[in-house]
Amino acid sequence: MLRRNIVFLLLMLLVATAFTGCIKKESNVIKIGVFEPITGANAAGGQLEVEGVKLANKLYPEVLGKKVELVIADNKSDKVEAATAAARLVEKEKVTAIIGSWGSSLSMAAGDIVRQGKVPTVGASCTNPLVTAGNDYYFRVCFIDPFQGTVMANYAYSKLGAKKAAIIQEVNNDYAVGLAQFFMFSFKQLTGDQNCILAVANYNTGDQDFSAQLTNIKAQNPDVIFAPGNFTESALIISQARKLGITCPIIGGDTWETQEFLDIGKEAVEGAVFSTFFATETPITEESAKFIEAYRAEYKKEPAAVAALGYDAYILILDAIKRAGTTDRVKLRDEIARTKNFPGAAGFITLDENGDAVKNAVIKVVKDGKFAYLDTIEPQ
Amino acid sequence: MTLDLFLQHLSNGISLGSLYALIAIGYTMVYGILRLINFAHGDIFMMATYFAFFGIATFGIPWFITFPLVLVLTAALGMGVEAVAYRPLRGAPKISLLISAIGVSFFLENLTIVLFGGVPKPFPAPAIFTDVVQVGTVAIQKLTFYIPIVTFISLLGLVYLINKTKTGMAMRAVSMDQEIAQVMGVNINQTIALTFGLGSFLAAVGGIMWGMKFPQIQPLMGVVPGLKCFIAAVIGGIGNIAGAVIGGFILGIGEIMLVAFLPNLTGYRDAFAFILLILILMSKPTGILGEKTAEKV
Repeated sequence: MLRRNIVFLLLMLLVATAFTGCIKKESNVIKIGVFEPITGANAAGGQLEVEGVKLANKLYPEVLGKKVELVIADNKSDKVEAATAAARLVEKEKVTAIIGSWGSSLSMAAGDIVRQGKVPTVGASCTNPLVTAGNDYYFRVCFIDPFQGTVMANYAYSKLGAKKAAIIQEVNNDYAVGLAQFFMFSFKQLTGDQNCILAVANYNTGDQDFSAQLTNIKAQNPDVIFAPGNFTESALIISQARKLGITCPIIGGDTWETQEFLDIGKEAVEGAVFSTFFATETPITEESAKFIEAYRAEYKKEPAAVAALGYDAYILILDAIKRAGTTDRVKLRDEIARTKNFPGAAGFITLDENGDAVKNAVIKVVKDGKFAYLDTIEPQ
Repeated sequence: MTLDLFLQHLSNGISLGSLYALIAIGYTMVYGILRLINFAHGDIFMMATYFAFFGIATFGIPWFITFPLVLVLTAALGMGVEAVAYRPLRGAPKISLLISAIGVSFFLENLTIVLFGGVPKPFPAPAIFTDVVQVGTVAIQKLTFYIPIVTFISLLGLVYLINKTKTGMAMRAVSMDQEIAQVMGVNINQTIALTFGLGSFLAAVGGIMWGMKFPQIQPLMGVVPGLKCFIAAVIGGIGNIAGAVIGGFILGIGEIMLVAFLPNLTGYRDAFAFILLILILMSKPTGILGEKTAEKV
């Protein structure tokens, strides 16, 4: 009897302390979820964004007099894991807002969960239009693929003088497929030739051998190859293409801008051209200069565009919380939707009716083993 | 399709197939002797590529010293895994061993993520292996010649070891009946440890070759090759070493030809391997070269 009483007492104590813990935490801390691939095929991209978010958290650790705590959830570069990770942030961690994810497919996997849980979510670099379409709670601080695809088609047509193109796309990645479609659409319009796309080859995430696809493309002899996809596969594609004797330019999208792309591709990726969001050579706002300086000091390397976007997503949420004066998620959502000309590290952010940012694209090239600035393209 | 194009595809296929064959040999050897599908094989293969990465890229040891070192280290790792995860289960039902193997696989994957991070790393391939040779219009990586040679040397070495040496005789005895072998004076712990060491050694050879062909390594890189080489081993008749080589070539060339001739089905490339597995299991469950064995009760 005595023993049972003691056990009961202990249990009561446990429950009581558990509750005080909760109440204390909720009153002093604002939780922001960071929903990114920390492991798996997209890890390098995800980690760059996390670096940007952490830096922003270090520079701006408080809002409304409360400390901001980052809750990092690894979506493991996998659509199923992404849904689980998002559900954990929404239901268990009960975060005020979420940042992420690198990779449109992963972001889309979280779409319904954040909408139903009414947690405002700001994507950093997920560029597929479907991420925010029909979802009141998903926003992003980057431009979207129709614009990016058009920019690259324009580049191929006017700067490279290409008349015939081949595509090799990561077929189970919504980002890559979307980008390829918009590229084909624009390229056909520019050349006025419905048969200007000689081949569309597919591959899966995680594939390592592309020799068969590339051999087929080589036989078609295109002027340019558009290869939107993940940086690791893309680096392998380019190096295998060069080994097969394909010499035409190979161009892609923003996902390429990671150190791993250069490390894996080595001299083969020299001359690879892609569109992205931001270049340190042309800082746009005061926040850009602040970000670049702090990033270099913190990580001892040059910031990538996605790191700047992760940073922007964080400061945008913080600014919206400040304006809303509360952490109420619905009010916060409305405040984020009203964002106009907000000075971020990667340019001014104005969100349109879909929650997408309208901003410039930057074109970069791999030169001497580094990313170099090539051009800036204004939105139409 | 022109002849040149076909030859290029064929060369790509042989190159991939011999790589599958190389890894499948290790798989099938462990199965042949212990009747255990070592699901950790793919992860031991992954560990070998990391050893090579640290040897060459981090410590700057030249490749001709690093590679033998990697083989020894990986063999030691295989024997360590055996001592920790399989030896305590000696005499337990086969299914427990299988589950233990899956556990080891997850453990190695997650350990690598914790220790080395989930970000892919470049494999430091020496240029003398990755150079390209032009034969007519067909571009062939030098590696394409080396991999089948390495595969056949491994095959011959292994067949010799198993059929002509005393250790091999002990292995065959263990594969027939562990208890009787023990009664006859075979040290079964030592023999089984050696089997795993040898299997891991072959995984390391495969890992180095794989790393040079696809110079990108990450903690989960062993999963898909592990599964595919398991399929290759089953196609050839699991437990049969020559069968594993045949299975590897069928799978590698088949995959390339699927993508080459039916580009629309590229997305189903991995499914192709599994469909092949199902077809083989339905029509000839023991595989192409597998012998019929009555299931012991």
